[in-house]
Order: sequence, then C-alpha cells, then structure tokens
Amino acid sequence: MEKANESGDSVNRVVPLPSSRTCDDTDWSQLLARMAETGDRALFVQIFRHYGPLLKSYMLRLGVLDSVVEELVQESMLTIWRKAKTFNPERAEAGAWIYTLARNKAIDWMRKQKYPTYSLEGHEEEPQEGETEPGELHLIRHKMKTALNELPPEQAQVIYMSYYEGRAHSEIAAKLGIPLGSVKARIRLASAKLRNFWEGEQ
Amino acid sequence: MNTIRHHLDDATLLSYSSGSLTNAMALVVACHLSVCADCRRKAGEMELLGGEMLERLQPADLSDSALQNLLDALDEEQPPEPTTDAPALPPADVPAPLWAYIDKPLDELAWKSLAPGFAYVDLPCQGTGASKLLRIAPGKSVLPHTHTGNELTMILRGSYVDDVGRFAKGDIADLDDAIEHQPLVDSPESCICLVATDGPLRFTSLLGRIVQPLTGF
Repeated sequence: MEKANESGDSVNRVVPLPSSRTCDDTDWSQLLARMAETGDRALFVQIFRHYGPLLKSYMLRLGVLDSVVEELVQESMLTIWRKAKTFNPERAEAGAWIYTLARNKAIDWMRKQKYPTYSLEGHEEEPQEGETEPGELHLIRHKMKTALNELPPEQAQVIYMSYYEGRAHSEIAAKLGIPLGSVKARIRLASAKLRNFWEGEQ
Repeated sequence: MNTIRHHLDDATLLSYSSGSLTNAMALVVACHLSVCADCRRKAGEMELLGGEMLERLQPADLSDSALQNLLDALDEEQPPEPTTDAPALPPADVPAPLWAYIDKPLDELAWKSLAPGFAYVDLPCQGTGASKLLRIAPGKSVLPHTHTGNELTMILRGSYVDDVGRFAKGDIADLDDAIEHQPLVDSPESCICLVATDGPLRFTSLLGRIVQPLTGF
C-alpha cells in the first residue's frame, strides 16, 4: 500500500481502501477480557504481535514522528494492559477500543493536549436506553468488513483521508478541490450507506 | 431529564471519531456525546469503523527489542493503587468533558463583557480554531448571519430560537455556511452555550456579528 502523498501532486487520484488483509478469526474481545481476568502475559504478547505493528503503521500515518512512534506504541500497549480490566466485551469491541486508545495517544502527543473524550475515567456509566445492545457491536463489526468494500470510490476516499490522514473537512475540500459542503455530503452518504448495511439483513 | 432534539451531523461525528476535528470542536462533540445516547451510539459505530480501518493497514515492523522492552516494563508495573474517591462530579449544567477546562461552576467563572447582555469566557484549546462559553441575556438577539466554515454550539443553560428551531439544554447546533440564522434568547434566564469554530479567524467574525448592532461598526 502506498503512503499518502504529502506533496499533493496526486490530488484527484482516488486511493482505494486497502482490502481486509487476513481471514483472522481470533476473537480479540474475548482474548482481551481473558487477559484482564487471568493476567496471562502470553495473551498480552499475542495482542502485541497483532496490534503493535498496526498501531505503529497507524500513528505514522497520522503524523507521529518516526523517532517517537515506538515509544507511543509501547505506551499504548501498557495502557491496554493496565486498562484491560475496564474493558467490557458486552459493551465494547476490542478493535474499536484499541483504535480509540491509540488515536487519543497519538493526538495527545501531536497536539500536546488531551483530545476531548466522552467516557471519562472514574465515571463508569450504566448502559442507557438507545445504546447498542450487547453482542450487537460484534455483529456490526463483522458486517463492517463487507460494508466498507461496497462504498463508491469517492465516498471511500473521504473515509480514507479522515481515518488514515486525520484531515479535517476543510483540508479534504482544499486537497480535492471541492466545496466544503460536498465533503460533508460525501461523508454523510458514506455513513448512511454503512449504517443501512449493518442495520439491514445483508 | 429533557429530551434532546438537535443532534450532531454524521460528518462531524465521523471527523470526531477519526481524530480529525480540532480540539476546540472535539470538546463540543464530547460534551454532547456525554449527554446524548443516540449520538453516542453512532459514535460507537464510527469507532468500530476505526477498528476495521486499523485492521486493514499494512503492519509496520517494530524494532527487535520492542517486545522485550515492553515485558521489562510489565515487570516494573506496580499494582494499581487502591482507587481513591472518584473525582468530584461536575455541576449538573457542566458536561463532564468541559469540567476539565473550567475549574468552577458556570456562575463563578470570570466572564468578560462583550457588550451589554453579552459575555464570554475563553477556553484553552490547542491548535486552530477556538472554543468559548457565551452568555447571552434574555431577549437579546444576534444579527442574522451565515457561517464561513463549521461552527458547533451546545446549549448548557437557557434556550434560544432561530430559523432552524428551538434549542434548549443539551441540544447542539451543527452549522455550516449553508445555514443562515438569527438566534434570539427566549428563556427567562440567560442562555449559556459552548461554541467552537474550526478556523482561527472565524471567532473574531462571530463576536463581531454579535456586537455589531450594539457598537455600530
């Protein structure tokens, strides 16, 4: 896969989303919960071997410097170890949980200020009406693999630029040479399409 | 508990989840998410999307010593100290994420007067854009205006009406240049909102719009 072009000379070339790499069936959520319960380091090593290199790849893309990226990956892994006890596989999914944690770690470092988050430590909330049902998360996560492949290229492109390059709407608009409103419209269409996919029977 | 009628735009939620919002805008999003289960559910789905995107990346090799360093670090881990009391809960009209930015209840903040009936407090957000608390007296209105970029407003106390509808506690106005509005505070108490813009100059123009009818420039 190509690194995102920083100089902007491939402005309108649509970079396709990478396809799912593996047919890995590991249930990372159960594994993470088991690690928290037993303190088994072998499980931690398994998580490290899978997620460590992905986190490094992700953080480099967001703009973390080469010289500090391994340190941030290490900090993320330690945070995973320490906070695993707060991970509830009924209410969270390991990939999303680890993604969010790494996102915050990278942004906190790049901006020298904590990225504002909505679930604060020490304020564990009870599930409320309207929130995702236990188990439903994992079903959505599973459907996501297929759903992403169904996005038209121009919608996949804005998802790509948001998640892999951390670009704001205005930056995407400038880089693609389209109005801000069109960027938002594409993201809305992509969100609606994905939601439709996992709420439907596909 | 009041019902939230105005929610975050999907495009804003996705930007938040992908970490591409400025801290100023992300603060308003996090505050709304802390009180809105509907939007929280959508944010959760977009974090699942983040997890899938992470999974699709080409892994980058870590140095040979990375695992050993990590295991050494685990050896030095102290068992977590017995948890002290949970941090003090914020007042009911301060969403938890905002509590990290202000150290006092809303009424005790150092409000700066902008014009009669209008006051604000700056919040220390890094990066481009800005976020502020705005306090507008009952019956006061802002000039009709559009926006030059994205602007997020969350109502913390009181309410206002504009061309879009009525906005009360917990509601979010997620506006861009496609919308023209003229908010009028219709609550008996002052309306306090948390506002963020995503460009450095935009707030100046917002404050300018507010004081324009009063100062005449």
